[in-house]
Amino acid sequence: MKNLTWRLVIVAAVIIAALIYILPTIVPDMWPHKKINLGLDLQGGMHLALEVDTHKALESTIERTGHEIRDFLKKEHIRSAGVERVNGEKLSVKISGEDADKFDEILNDDFPGLRIVSRSDEGGTVSIVLDLPEKEAERIKLMATDQALETIRNRIDQFGVSEPDIRKQGENRILIQLPGIKDTQRAKDLIGRTALLEFKLLDEVHDPKAAVGGTVPPGTELLWQIRVSPETNREIKTPYLVKKRSLLTGAYLTDARVQIDSQYNEPYVGIRFDRKGARIFERITGENVKKRLAIVLDKKVYSAPVIQEKIAGGEARITGSFTTEEARDLAIILRAGALPAPVKVLEERTVGPSLGSDSIRQGLFSMIVGGVLVVIFMVIYYNGAGLVADMALIFNLILIAAGLAGFQATLTLPGIAGIILTIGMAVDANVLIFERIREEMALGKTPHSAVTAGYERATLTILDANVTTLIAALVLFQFGTGPIKGFAVTLSLGVVSSMFTALFVTRIVFDYLLVNRRVRRLSI
Amino acid sequence: MQFIKPDVNIDIIGKRKIAFCASCVLILISILSLLFHGGPKYGVDFAGGTVIQVKFASSANIPDIKKGLTTLSLESASVQSFGEAGDNEFLIRTEQSEITEQGFSKKLQAALKTATGSDTEIRRVEMVGPQVGKDLREKALFAMFYALLFITIYISGRFELKWVISGVVAAALMGAVYLFSMLNLSIPFLIITALIVSLVLFWFLELKYAMGAIVALIHDVTITVGVFSIFDKEFSLPIIAALLTIIGYSLNDTIIVFDRIRENLRKYSKKPLEITINRSINETLSRTILTSLTTLVVVAALFVLGGGIIHDFAFALLVGILVGTYSSVYVASPILLAWQEFGKKR
Repeated sequence: MKNLTWRLVIVAAVIIAALIYILPTIVPDMWPHKKINLGLDLQGGMHLALEVDTHKALESTIERTGHEIRDFLKKEHIRSAGVERVNGEKLSVKISGEDADKFDEILNDDFPGLRIVSRSDEGGTVSIVLDLPEKEAERIKLMATDQALETIRNRIDQFGVSEPDIRKQGENRILIQLPGIKDTQRAKDLIGRTALLEFKLLDEVHDPKAAVGGTVPPGTELLWQIRVSPETNREIKTPYLVKKRSLLTGAYLTDARVQIDSQYNEPYVGIRFDRKGARIFERITGENVKKRLAIVLDKKVYSAPVIQEKIAGGEARITGSFTTEEARDLAIILRAGALPAPVKVLEERTVGPSLGSDSIRQGLFSMIVGGVLVVIFMVIYYNGAGLVADMALIFNLILIAAGLAGFQATLTLPGIAGIILTIGMAVDANVLIFERIREEMALGKTPHSAVTAGYERATLTILDANVTTLIAALVLFQFGTGPIKGFAVTLSLGVVSSMFTALFVTRIVFDYLLVNRRVRRLSI
Repeated sequence: MQFIKPDVNIDIIGKRKIAFCASCVLILISILSLLFHGGPKYGVDFAGGTVIQVKFASSANIPDIKKGLTTLSLESASVQSFGEAGDNEFLIRTEQSEITEQGFSKKLQAALKTATGSDTEIRRVEMVGPQVGKDLREKALFAMFYALLFITIYISGRFELKWVISGVVAAALMGAVYLFSMLNLSIPFLIITALIVSLVLFWFLELKYAMGAIVALIHDVTITVGVFSIFDKEFSLPIIAALLTIIGYSLNDTIIVFDRIRENLRKYSKKPLEITINRSINETLSRTILTSLTTLVVVAALFVLGGGIIHDFAFALLVGILVGTYSSVYVASPILLAWQEFGKKR
């Protein structure tokens, strides 16, 4: 029968295509190079959702603008009673009345983007409150997230994770998936550090120890140096009083790498500034010989060496009794640059590699046990026809695996559960058909017409029944994340392939037996 | 081999009053248990907090672990053993969601080693901040709602062949939800409202099959949630997935029975509805039992052998499949009959 040949060709083509898609998973580097991806829950790894504190980005922009205004006031010899950030995102400037016109000129010429919120004149002092217009503020916030994403991507790339997935979610969230990562804490520290490098002069007039319990002199801040003594394993905390104003930041860095101090055999991070940074560094060191310059990273003092002489060439070093690993990570984050704003971990899911492999083992084992039980049961209950259903079941599993590889879907632990559930439900279509066939035979029909009627009557029912499961699976896919999405994928693949195998593939076997081999008695 | 002989005719419809009572009792117990426990017990996915799964190299006991946690100021954390007894695995749960920052896992490992004298492996950390937890909760509930909506459209369209009416139902449902969401109702109430609205719509538009199916669905989900509440198990994202699967599965069963009822109504249009429905259920009984059996077998394999992480998920499926099979036989079809008894035309 020609019809049968064509159907056989289609099924053979599907099987061959499926096998081709499965092969790369078993034998690496085979064409078409599409492996079944394992989810984080199966191969171990880390999922992080970060929130970028975009308000902080706005605040630091305002803070920077404040510094610039202060510089202008100094240059133009305008007497001022202070430039200060107020309410987080506003800038208050107080100047004496006679210089007001001159200040307005500076505002117009050099800070056209600033908006004047209020202006008052009290006893010869003009106070002006400035801020950024909403549109500009929004732009800075959006930029902060994009920049943070870029910086984090840089850091992870340099850290060396294969196939990381980093993406923006919503306005200020960043999703990070790092499959197969082992030292999750180290990765998290690397990602989460702001890494703002600053060079600040030490306040050598006041005693930092006095400031610890008492008041901090104006214009300075109290920062700590924290070292872990390698011998005693104890933290040593030293207070430092540093000038608030940072003279140079990591923004001018072009390179940072780990080097080994030949004298103490200790790793340190050598940094290199770009031309502008080198010029600033040369000026600072020239102007402050014999003073101490603190190297501050994320509000922590790393070292505060005495400047011996003017340093040209734009190179400096950060020391701080690092392990090689710490020094390497520090070099990475310095090279990748500072985050424009601090980030907060909103969600973390970490699965260790051993748990992942346990999950796969247990998942596959229960799948095999469940599958074998169903296979045996079907043969006992339906005899020969049960064998046909079992064949369809195995074919079904091959199709699901091929589908997972072909669509580059991710197999997760709930995904394996989805496959297991499909094994139970896949035989449903066959059961429906077989029960119909039995009914028709009970009415006294010949095997061939009973089979034909059975398939015809069961088809619509099977379609109806499966569409509902498919609807649930599609909704799950739309709303689910990670492992749940994986479950939805395998469930949908299972439903579709079980309809194909039950309605199309098994029918070929029956038609072949009843028409070509003229089998008279149906084993069902 | 045959479990059910072809000429079998069990009086299922005749026992519908008993089934009705049994269902009502089960639902009542579920609701009471939920009220008693103050609503569903949300896991970290929905409530926020941290779960840490640790494995010790040698045996450890809970008081020692708790002592170790105290040094990290985690006194309020709960500790419970996890998986098989010989695994030495424990789950540490806390409502705090900011403890996993900077160097936490090293400190935890050190603290647990000092307290128990056994090497510790941190196998899994799940930390969900309160904001994310709220987002996930809303998303999960919306997933349930949309699944319901689409299934409603499909059933009323497919069985009553009233696609236009089903479109109207969907639009009305969405409109009602939109209106109620403007009242700032919490999402669980929104879902319940949507359910009531859809039941009322089915009643007035005379969509009896859709009514039967949806009542069966509500029945199944309520009882599964109730069983979870009675056993004091936590709701997490995978459990929502399991509930949606149960919805799909239960409907699958219901639809197969309904299909047969429609077919037989055409065939024996002279016989009373009661007999036709009973006959249809009996004709499909063999299939219903077989499929439930194969599905139960594999899910039981998953429940027993699948490991701790998938355990609750498999449990939900197990309960759902049992309840779903029962409801497609004893709940969904009798609703069709109840329709007639309430005086609505066939």
